[in-house]
Amino acid sequence: MTIRKILQQCFIGLFATLFVSATFSAIISKEDYGYPITDRFAATVVGTPDGFQAALPESIPFEGRSITIFPERVTPDVFFYGSKLLYSVALQDSKAPLIFLIAGTGASHNGSKSVNMAKAFYQAGFHVVSISSPTYNNFVIAASKTGVVGHAERDAEDIYRVFEMIWAELKNEIDVSSFNLTGYSLGGFNAAYVSKLDDERKSFIFDRVLLINPPVSLYNSISLLDRMTQNIPGGINNFNEFVDKLINAYTNTYNEGFDAGGGDFLYKVYQSLNLKDEELAALIGISFRISSGSLVFTSDVMADYGYIKPKGMELNRYSVLDVYNEVSLRLGFTDYYHEFFYPYYRADYPNESRDEFISAISLRSIEDYLRNTKKITVMHNADDVILEPGEIDFFPEVFGDRATIYPYGGHCGNMNYRDNVARMVASFGKAGGQQ
Amino acid sequence: MKLILCNTAVVLLLLSLGACSSGPPPQQQAADFPEPVFAAKRILPPDHADLTAVYDPWTGLNKRIYNFNYHFNKAIFLPVVRGYEAVVPSAGRTGVKNFFNNFEDLLTMLNSALQLKPNKVASSGSRVIVNSTVGVFGLFDVATAMNISRPMEDFGQTLGHWGVGQGPYLVLPLIGPSNLRDALGKLPDTYVQITVQDKVLSQPVGLSAMLLYPIDSRANTAFRYYQNGSAFEYQMVRWLYSTKRELDVKQ
Repeated sequence: MTIRKILQQCFIGLFATLFVSATFSAIISKEDYGYPITDRFAATVVGTPDGFQAALPESIPFEGRSITIFPERVTPDVFFYGSKLLYSVALQDSKAPLIFLIAGTGASHNGSKSVNMAKAFYQAGFHVVSISSPTYNNFVIAASKTGVVGHAERDAEDIYRVFEMIWAELKNEIDVSSFNLTGYSLGGFNAAYVSKLDDERKSFIFDRVLLINPPVSLYNSISLLDRMTQNIPGGINNFNEFVDKLINAYTNTYNEGFDAGGGDFLYKVYQSLNLKDEELAALIGISFRISSGSLVFTSDVMADYGYIKPKGMELNRYSVLDVYNEVSLRLGFTDYYHEFFYPYYRADYPNESRDEFISAISLRSIEDYLRNTKKITVMHNADDVILEPGEIDFFPEVFGDRATIYPYGGHCGNMNYRDNVARMVASFGKAGGQQ
Repeated sequence: MKLILCNTAVVLLLLSLGACSSGPPPQQQAADFPEPVFAAKRILPPDHADLTAVYDPWTGLNKRIYNFNYHFNKAIFLPVVRGYEAVVPSAGRTGVKNFFNNFEDLLTMLNSALQLKPNKVASSGSRVIVNSTVGVFGLFDVATAMNISRPMEDFGQTLGHWGVGQGPYLVLPLIGPSNLRDALGKLPDTYVQITVQDKVLSQPVGLSAMLLYPIDSRANTAFRYYQNGSAFEYQMVRWLYSTKRELDVKQ
């Protein structure tokens, strides 16, 4: 080995160290991070305890609205209540930047996470327009073109149409200095594709885009969540017994007399019940199964595909849906991808195999776009429960210092933690219409 | 007493309206259509128990009342609540809420006594005494500030405590999810509340109280019909309500 070679290696090593530290500069170390729940499942379930939350206004003018997206659409009677898309706005009085906000899987425009984000943005001087996830029942009924959701590009088109139509109604009402975009969980994933679509269509020309805890591969994340129901002792058929057991445990704790009303309720339950990771995972799995079951049934009715409801059979508002509920609770979301989603779209993508088609629903498919689009930033957690081992590395690799990786927080558990809220707001720069 | 009669009359009227209006639309039968990919007989084990099972033999009627409640909320109840929130400032609404909570505490005290639960009698009793005096007729919730806990017991729970089961699930007009036991339990509770109100309040105040009570409870209930994102909202609400009541009785 020559001196030259040794020197070369030293240089490479030095370079690598420099490079790594530069790329990874947004990885937050455990010592520098005060979020209190270090168990990833517990963080996901419990969220942020009271004393650690950001100071947000108690209430803001967060106003529910509705809009017709497809005037020609005849809504099936069983979903008679869902023909208009519901969304929320929080509007500033003077000129300000606007943030579009997309909720996570099965979550609504006015769910607690969206409300908290809206409060933080509104307080910082932004207009906020909050929409439900394209996987939310009302969105599928009122705003999905095909009714069969979970397709990255098509969902992005649906969302984009909604944004354009909402903006057409809002533009006479408010003064906007720039358009911005964010979303958490699946909404973060959606936001990446919506940003890409906007670069082609240019209706908004988003200034900044923030993705919070997005999946990398949608199918991987769904598989993980599906498998969590296997943590129910005895399987899904023991769903009721498992919930009863938890409730009993909870009742006992409750009898010992702590305040059930406080915002820290879940945290206290968690602390006192001493739930095992498998039990917490089962809870996450159940909660996901309940929303995916509802989604699958909604898609089935809207597309009349014949997945769990017989094709051609019409349901109305008085129909008894118990049997569909029971079936949907016993099917995984992965079943939907294999037996409904893929067969439904197969004809449109004749050159792709099932595996290719499903695995293409991934941020890796738009990796080049994400790598080169500097306006997009990411906030994520190293211990997120919806990522396969190693998947978190995708973010620092592709986004470089535009990715902030927290050591804890599970899936979206730290979104209300004060540091996270501060970073979330800061990633949109200074609002023009400061209050 | 008059109010109960009135209420009963309204309920009967609504039930008859619900039952007679258009008649249930015909339901198509799954057997007449090709089998779906995941037919129930393929997925559900033959001897399965429903995961979200609740005894609901009156589903047809319940779903119609549920639907009526949705329309009533949308057209009348929620607009009235919004008007109330627009006209009465937040501090005033808190006062109103405290005022009615004070009566609920009184009912809790009585029902705790019927269930032989001395701790709950003590805390709800102290709440009533403190809030009715220092708290000026219950307008201010001094008891909570003094860390006196607030248990909740009603006659439905008292029946449950002594072994009466929930009975069939029942959606009450205007009120919402219930079951036969809890619905019957509302009668003595309402009777006591009205009798006491009659005794302590002058007539105009008593009348306004009767008018305000449902508005106040609706204003403090976050639930919105068909806005919970589930295609199976009816089943989820039914399951959650029954589970919650089971839990309430166990406490």
